[in-house]
Amino acid sequence: MSEKVYARNVEALKNGTVIDHIPAGLGLRILDLFELTSYGERVTVGLNLSSGHMGNKDLIKVENLVLTEGQANELALLAPKCTVSVIENFEVVRKQKLAIPAEVTDLFACPNSNCVSHVEPVQSHFSVRVTEHDTKMKCKYCEKVFSKDIVVAVR
Amino acid sequence: MPNPLYRKHIISIPDFSRAEMELVVETAARLKAKPRADLLQDRLIATCFFEPSTRTRLSFETAVQRLGGTVIGFSDAASTSTKKGETLADTVRIISSYTDAIVMRHPKEGAARVASEFSAVPIINGGDGANQHPSQTLLDLFTLHETQGRLDNLTVAFVGDLKYGRTVHSLAQALSLFGAKFYFVGPEALAMPDYLCEELDERGISYTIASTIEEVIPHIDILYMTRVQRERFDEAEYQKIKGQFVLRADMLRHARPNMKILHPLPRVDEIATDVDATPHAYYFEQAKNGVYARQALLSLVLNETV
Repeated sequence: MSEKVYARNVEALKNGTVIDHIPAGLGLRILDLFELTSYGERVTVGLNLSSGHMGNKDLIKVENLVLTEGQANELALLAPKCTVSVIENFEVVRKQKLAIPAEVTDLFACPNSNCVSHVEPVQSHFSVRVTEHDTKMKCKYCEKVFSKDIVVAVR
Repeated sequence: MPNPLYRKHIISIPDFSRAEMELVVETAARLKAKPRADLLQDRLIATCFFEPSTRTRLSFETAVQRLGGTVIGFSDAASTSTKKGETLADTVRIISSYTDAIVMRHPKEGAARVASEFSAVPIINGGDGANQHPSQTLLDLFTLHETQGRLDNLTVAFVGDLKYGRTVHSLAQALSLFGAKFYFVGPEALAMPDYLCEELDERGISYTIASTIEEVIPHIDILYMTRVQRERFDEAEYQKIKGQFVLRADMLRHARPNMKILHPLPRVDEIATDVDATPHAYYFEQAKNGVYARQALLSLVLNETV
């Protein structure tokens, strides 16, 4: 299916945010992690849409919502190459920059099953460090260091 | 000005600055040379051991009582409301309202950090799962200083379980602030974790991976032995590596005169008993130093000046 055809299937957005170029399979996870359905706004999701350069992709449109800078940065951990466009009156008025955050709170669970954060009334918290080869995340509680891909894969 | 550890939680070695570690070491040395029975007078310390640990608990309790303080606590979570499903957060809130400080050990990693977020009094981590055991590292540093007269630029070989050994990880992290040089000797399956090696690389610390104890002995100030746990291997593999990382007295012929052997204890068979009588053996004195290092920590946390 070409871009054009799916564009017709997904309704145009008057005001809000389009998260595009999400690697196929991550769309629902992003919807869930960022609780995008909890605002009571209309959300349109496209899964396995064909995309010229990335094969299949997912796409999310949320009406009347702009991601905070913090959310956009957290999104960079999950899908660093996705694009976040802010729409006003059917026009893209700005692309949000995604920068890997220095810290992330209450978004991912710690992959260490013996970490106390799973059983105590605390929010998960990781400090993030970008190294030459990898992005590492260190749990504030158990102090274990994980490759970013391991942390974001934990359900 | 109060000392920098006054009313601080003692959770993890990476929280410490170089100066703070030196302060604990100096204070421990002073308390060993000249005991003080007044530093914890009228202070009540809780020792909350959610998993048993005879040596650490008795060492802390000895430290408190030698300083004139008193102790309440438990040595096993089985007899507490944890069994009824109470969170650690609630347990700590309550106990911190009774006491001046809480020393705790817990099987879950991060438990002491969580406790510090809910406690009105300083938390001293006596071990949280496989994560941290800072008082062990501080007593190790004190012992290094006592035997070598300095902490800077020491050459230390770690032998045995370098993968799971939290004492090894914390001591390596601590010494990396003092420009140490390391040798790592152990089975490949129990090598130092990558993230730690990366940390050492970033700090410009040099380390060499060696395959036998003998080859490093002539080059080192400290031989830090640890136990390779049988349960980490299948039986055939264990039999193969078992003899490889055992220290015997005859291997010490080429050791420097100042070289000392440390071990967090308990030892099983990785140090033959004939080593005990050599001038290099220092592990029993190291265990005794645990009381002084813990006295130093408790005194500094609970007194503006010591």
